[in-house]
Amino acid sequence: MRMDLIQPFINSTDAVLAQGLESPVSIENLTMEEEAYRRKGIAAEVCLLGEIEGRIIFDVDLGTAVQLATRLAGVEVSETDDLVREAVCELANQIIGNAVTSLNDQGFHFHVHPPTLHTSEQGSKTSEDTEALVMCFNTSHGNVFMNVALRHHCRQAVERSVVAG
Amino acid sequence: MEKFAPVKRSEDGQPVRYLIVDDSVFARKNLARMVETFGGQVIGEAGDGVSAISEYERLTPDIVLMDITMPQMEGIEAAEKIVRDHPSARIVMVSSVGYQENIVAALQRGARHFVQKPVKPEVLYEVIKYVMRDDAVATRGAGAGA
Repeated sequence: MRMDLIQPFINSTDAVLAQGLESPVSIENLTMEEEAYRRKGIAAEVCLLGEIEGRIIFDVDLGTAVQLATRLAGVEVSETDDLVREAVCELANQIIGNAVTSLNDQGFHFHVHPPTLHTSEQGSKTSEDTEALVMCFNTSHGNVFMNVALRHHCRQAVERSVVAG
Repeated sequence: MEKFAPVKRSEDGQPVRYLIVDDSVFARKNLARMVETFGGQVIGEAGDGVSAISEYERLTPDIVLMDITMPQMEGIEAAEKIVRDHPSARIVMVSSVGYQENIVAALQRGARHFVQKPVKPEVLYEVIKYVMRDDAVATRGAGAGA
């Protein structure tokens, strides 16, 4: 996976969470995932379409999600409150939106869809041309995960034409 | 949250009236909380561009805070349609997707300003004052604030 596609997601996660939580955020680990994605808690999925295609899943275990929602909403939120799921979706929207902004300003053109709750236990398996990278971020309220599976069409087209030529 | 001098309408001293458009309930609640600390009044909410247009027609707010990425109809298209029928509409785009092309497209189609999410209250406050210009005044001691 191209690091120049991933770095904006790391930067925006760091920036958005640090601003919202008013405390530092660190990246705990970063792994390539070959198996189908297994949801850890409340997850929001955002799909990208265009020169860069794929999906990003923002995933937070329930306890951490409740703490994040309480912190960001400024009111006590319980596990059953819809606001917890709404908070995870909005965080995903902000983090991914900021990363998309950075990628677009670098010249990558694509469209981003609104976040949807990812409710199935497993996500689709990654393929040869769409590797998934899982990042774990450590915050003052617990860990948050981001699973990024993207492919860049233009590069593949160039590579194919080189092989063919 | 910081305290802000309440922004009131110049013509009648009443709170600035807001329509908040975002597909996220969480984002709408947060923006509502924020504008209330500016002394504003949220008179309506909408979750997509189509509802935004009908709510604008119904309520004629002083300011619309409009998300861009939404289901059914996106914010830029909704802003364009509102401004076409109401050239004096004050629409501020509030979105996490703030790349240059998007901002230019929004401004070309009639939005007055753009604020990137996550929204910093002090930034939104200044934008509100700028967009309202002489139609609003910020005064301390008017009874609102955090």
